[in-house]
Amino acid sequence: MEAVDPVIFRLAIFVLAVFVGYYVVWSVTPALHTPLMAVTNAISSVIIVGALLAATATAGGGGEAAAAAGSEGGAGFSRFLGFIAIILASVNIFGGFLVTQRMLAMYKKKER
Amino acid sequence: MSANLAALLYLGSGILFIMALRGLSSPETARQGNFYGMAGMAIAIVTTLFAVNLDFMSILLIIGGVAIGGAAGAVIAKRIPMTAMPQLVAAFHSLVGMAAVLVAAAALYAPEAFHIAGPLGNLKTLSLLELSLGTAIGAITFSGSVIAFAKLNGNMSGAPILLPARHLINIGLGVFILVMMAFLMASGGDAKLAFWLITITAFIVGVTLIIPIGGADMPVVVSMLNSYSGWAAAALGFTLENTALLVTGALVGSSGAILSYIMCKGMNRSFVSVILGGFGETGDAAAAAGPQGTAKQGSAEDAAFVMKNAGKVIIVPGYGMAVAQAQHALKEMADILKEEGVDVAYAIHPVAGRMPGHMNVLLAEAQVPYDEVFELEDINSDFANADVAFVIGANDVTNPAAEDDPSSPIYGMPVLQVWKARTVFFVKRSLGSGYAGVENPLFFRDNTMMLLGDAKKMAESIVKSLE
Repeated sequence: MEAVDPVIFRLAIFVLAVFVGYYVVWSVTPALHTPLMAVTNAISSVIIVGALLAATATAGGGGEAAAAAGSEGGAGFSRFLGFIAIILASVNIFGGFLVTQRMLAMYKKKER
Repeated sequence: MSANLAALLYLGSGILFIMALRGLSSPETARQGNFYGMAGMAIAIVTTLFAVNLDFMSILLIIGGVAIGGAAGAVIAKRIPMTAMPQLVAAFHSLVGMAAVLVAAAALYAPEAFHIAGPLGNLKTLSLLELSLGTAIGAITFSGSVIAFAKLNGNMSGAPILLPARHLINIGLGVFILVMMAFLMASGGDAKLAFWLITITAFIVGVTLIIPIGGADMPVVVSMLNSYSGWAAAALGFTLENTALLVTGALVGSSGAILSYIMCKGMNRSFVSVILGGFGETGDAAAAAGPQGTAKQGSAEDAAFVMKNAGKVIIVPGYGMAVAQAQHALKEMADILKEEGVDVAYAIHPVAGRMPGHMNVLLAEAQVPYDEVFELEDINSDFANADVAFVIGANDVTNPAAEDDPSSPIYGMPVLQVWKARTVFFVKRSLGSGYAGVENPLFFRDNTMMLLGDAKKMAESIVKSLE
């Protein structure tokens, strides 16, 4: 049998994570649905890892092949896009986690 | 750092994100969960920094970007009033969408930085599929969220805007996106124009998709865009071969989908009917007919007197409370009643407000203990034993027509059975109908007393009368 394509492994991780997400989110109490949206916002900004890759692109980083693809200007453009994406994702990371923290700090139990 | 170690660290950060959501199962564990989320994010970022090629310029870009964005985010998070939370969440969704578009574009222009360049310098077909999906979903998330933001923030009317043949337009644009995707893949990534056409068309789709949806359906829209931002992240997670991004995308995608489902169920409407939009357009005729019958009007003094002598009062807040910022005055009223020995509880309908859990956050802000706040299914049977149901800023979610009038547009929607309480007080600005133009027969019942006026002012005058 031939080797399994690594894409299939990633697909497996993805599908399993969808199931994990399904069960975990159903267990979230409805009172915390707004903080849930805020925190999912924050964590989806982990897309910043892509922005970091973009902002650190180098011309000809891939050797001859990349040079053949004419990536000289590509790297500069990629860095620019990456820079903007880092800003946007950072707004979300800091804003998302901090506003979630602020909201969660308000939920108090009855004083007995 | 070896690639294997990096992959394991990304896995760890994915697990921390799962634990962040798991923490939200109860307010006690939620704060801890939020810290897991922050830790997961920190691990993912640091791991990436070890893996990339850092030169002076890129370090400058990274530090500058994080400083600008982080400072803006921190200030917004600190200053934003709790009543503006729905539009803030919509704004944050738009940023995730835009970031996805930018990352997808960068991957197309500098494939070697993302390790997706093929042997001939062209891109793998699969990577191109992921990229184009990422940019398309990201662009829809962006422009859709901008529209949702404008509607929630009042920059734009909440009324549905119906384009002629809008379904046809959307289908046409969708087909065009698919054709351009095929074109991009066939070109091996050279057809950059196709990529930008996909992106621009998707921006348009985001607008045409959201403008026909009315203000009161916003809880579904906000949840749906939450879900989209997750799927966009997941698509790029495949491209970047990054477990943290894949897991997060899956979590956020399913989270938003579940919230959309819960919101639709709360309105007894199908997801498709909400997305197709236009709800409320047929209601104008009914609303124009004007209120039927006579409603009993009361004053703040009447309400204060009755509630002071009640054994049990259930408060039902709605969007009107958020608009009037009445939660603090309401809490003050409840505190005085409790001192008088009255049993006070709050009943929350799943779609009260403009986003899931909107009312709970506002009550928490007013320092209402969360164990006095109950969901529909937990409290609905208690109205029969309550002396007073105090409805403040809610309407459709208390409409008995949903249970006994099959001709009503909201028939079948689960509602809070406030009419079973001995007396119902309705704080409302006018006797008008709800968002769907649906008449609420409750206004004209014998045991209902209307308290007409601004929710905050009314709660304040009741407080004054109680003192």
